Amino acid sequence: MEVTVNGEKKRYDCRAMPVDALLADNRVEAPEMVSVQLNGRIIDRQRYRDTLVVDRDEVEFLYFMGGGR
Amino acid sequence: MLRISKKTIEAMISHAQDELPLEACGYLAADKNGLVVRHYPMSNTDASGEHFSMDPAEQFAAVKDMRGRGLALRAVYHSHPETPARPSAEDIKLAFDPAVSYVIVSLAGKTPVTKSFRIENGRVSPEEIKEERP
Repeated sequence: MEVTVNGEKKRYDCRAMPVDALLADNRVEAPEMVSVQLNGRIIDRQRYRDTLVVDRDEVEFLYFMGGGR
Repeated sequence: MLRISKKTIEAMISHAQDELPLEACGYLAADKNGLVVRHYPMSNTDASGEHFSMDPAEQFAAVKDMRGRGLALRAVYHSHPETPARPSAEDIKLAFDPAVSYVIVSLAGKTPVTKSFRIENGRVSPEEIKEERP
């Protein structure tokens, strides 16, 4: 399948993969601190394992940004 | 080294001052030459003078806007209304993205102080800021 990840097309040798596997493939070490948008919709973090990415999907991910003094 | 246009650093400091007494936060985007040319002010969803959190929906919108303009995310900034421009323990703990710089604008003194850092696995390295025109 071909998936657009953060604006770049990527090919995967499978028909579908869970969001958490895609994050791991993209070297995300702390998926609980990452927000994911799948085809324009933000995915609940609790659903990363059971939400599937399929051919022609568009995935965006970015890190939580926060801090304190 | 973080290269940033004078106009952008001034806009970022203005944003920090406008948000007082709250902490301000946002993204900094660089052009293809690595020069930061645009700031993206974000809402501080904590609405606090001691903490900040960005809104993921705003983050996604900003990153897509950058892409459309041929820019790329280069740094994250936030302000310290009453403390120095150095990463706090919480800043370090919550710095998950090693690909960006972490810029802090301190408004604790008479004159704003801006400093940049790289933070990876809890290790903080100061980074020189080079202000460029335009």
